[in-house]
Amino acid sequence: MCNPLKKNKKQFSSLWSVLGIVLILMPFPSAMAEYADVILNKNAEKEGMRPVIYPHWFHRIRFRCKVCHHELGFKMQVGGNDITMANILDGKYCGMCHNDEVAWGLEHCHRCHSGLPGLPTSIKGGDKAGGPGDY
Amino acid sequence: MMATATIRSGGPQRREGRLPLLLLMWLVGGLLSMVHFVDAYAADVFANDGLHDPQGPAFMELQRPAEALAVLPADTAGNKVLWVKALRDGLIKPRTNIMPETKIQILDMDIIFSNTGDNDFVRFPHRAHTEWLDCANCHEEIFKTKFGATPIKMSAILEGKFCGKCHGAVAFPLSECARCHSVKPASFRGQFGVQPVEKK
Ligand code: HEC
Ligand code: HEC
Ligand code: HEC
Ligand code: HEC
Ligand code: HEC
Ligand code: HEC
Repeated sequence: MCNPLKKNKKQFSSLWSVLGIVLILMPFPSAMAEYADVILNKNAEKEGMRPVIYPHWFHRIRFRCKVCHHELGFKMQVGGNDITMANILDGKYCGMCHNDEVAWGLEHCHRCHSGLPGLPTSIKGGDKAGGPGDY
Repeated sequence: MMATATIRSGGPQRREGRLPLLLLMWLVGGLLSMVHFVDAYAADVFANDGLHDPQGPAFMELQRPAEALAVLPADTAGNKVLWVKALRDGLIKPRTNIMPETKIQILDMDIIFSNTGDNDFVRFPHRAHTEWLDCANCHEEIFKTKFGATPIKMSAILEGKFCGKCHGAVAFPLSECARCHSVKPASFRGQFGVQPVEKK
């Protein structure tokens, strides 16, 4: 019953299944959030919308920091501005540009409200943070 | 326990019969993974970055970073883009203002800091910063407008103060020591603080 050969074979076949599982899982890249993406979720989720993702990389190709952080008056502090949907609809904060003039308008709710539920107001970054990966 | 017993009672024949089955599983697994591979959804960085909700109605409308950033000069950290170079080479042309009356100020003035312990001195270039930022982004809230007047410490920088307000959040991260600590004390001649503007 305790044939050592048979036992080996069993280990061998479980190796095959492990390989199979590894192969199935392999192509899913464990991507990282892009550096400097900001999540805004003070009230969004409480009021039934997904958290907002604000991407710095996308905007800094189009605007220098000084446009938002000086001209438009965004404080350089995550959570430090009173950004609410009411203020935005009044033409403040994101609404200074997302008004169908500088950028597309506020009817595209889900382009901004695009985050996974449960994310806290925060910034993706840190001194050890990587980027989007290999390119 | 029950499961183990069942397999044992199967005897050597049944165990032999499992090999083709496992081979088949492996083949199917391999095939499936190839399908995943060509499937843009599975290879999509936004699909599993822990940030974007793939169920979001506008999920496919958003631009993926690589599409825009891959053509810019590559870096190894942060957004993996040498932003200063991208701007100077005119590869990106970000607007400096939205309101026509806003005054744009660029200052060409390097400052060298020497309280760096065993580390190389720090060169702070005003030009690279004022190309992106306004004076008011740093003066007087983060830095005094006088060399040596701000008590800058590395420990505070790592906590997100002084240079760490931006570096580690939006500008290149603090892991890149040598990019700030870029002046070898042995080869440095001259005065610390404000450097004379280099003539081209
Ligand atoms: C299109 C507008 C916009 C532009 C351009 C922009 N930012 Fe921001 N920035 C924001 C918003 C929005 C926040 C989050 C504010 C909040 O949560 O109240 C933010 C937050 C920050 C913070 C705070 C991070 C923290 O850890 O608290 C820093 C630092 C910052 N930005 C630096 C920069 C720098 C440097 C640039 C230029 C390279 C830049 N930003 C360009 C909109 C902008
Ligand atoms: C340009 C980006 C943008 C667009 C477009 C946008 N929102 Fe928002 N929205 C925000 C931001 C930023 C917040 C503040 C997030 C926070 O911290 O809760 C917010 C907050 C909210 C909140 C939370 C309550 C409040 O007043 O702050 C609700 C509800 C909301 N938005 C609904 C909508 C709906 C509905 C639409 C489409 C008609 C929409 N939003 C379009 C950016 C946007
Ligand atoms: C200085 C102007 C400006 C401000 C302020 C601004 N945006 Fe934008 N935003 C733009 C422009 C321009 C685009 C690109 C529009 C286009 O593609 O036509 C854009 C695009 C976007 C996109 C789409 C990115 C993609 O992948 O296509 C999102 C999301 C977004 N903004 C969110 C925000 C949020 C959230 C805020 C406020 C916290 C904000 N923006 C404030 C100018 C601005
Ligand atoms: C964004 C720029 C920047 C980066 C990146 C940076 N430093 Fe510094 N560092 C400074 C400045 C500015 C000082 C203060 C110099 C002064 O006051 O004369 C300093 C001071 C120091 C000091 C002196 C002791 C102290 O506490 O102030 C040490 C040691 C040091 N840094 C080590 C490092 C190491 C190690 C790294 C990489 C992990 C690093 N630094 C990354 C800017 C930077
Ligand atoms: C990214 C941050 C940053 C920006 C933006 C910035 N500065 Fe500075 N500046 C500094 C730092 C750091 C010092 C040194 C402060 C210290 O040692 O306490 C300094 C020092 C100075 C000094 C004092 C030099 C001396 O003789 O002692 C002047 C003048 C100055 N800055 C002018 C400007 C002007 C004008 C602008 C806009 C065109 C500007 N700065 C933008 C960071 C900045
Ligand atoms: C208000 C935001 C801010 C602060 C504060 C700041 N930086 Fe920067 N720094 C930037 C941005 C934005 C860039 C452009 C490169 C990038 O985004 O990665 C930059 C780039 C640099 C560069 C690269 C210049 C080049 O030619 O490539 C150095 C060196 C540097 N910073 C040093 C410092 C030091 C030292 C301090 C503190 C004394 C400091 N920075 C404080 C925003 C800041």
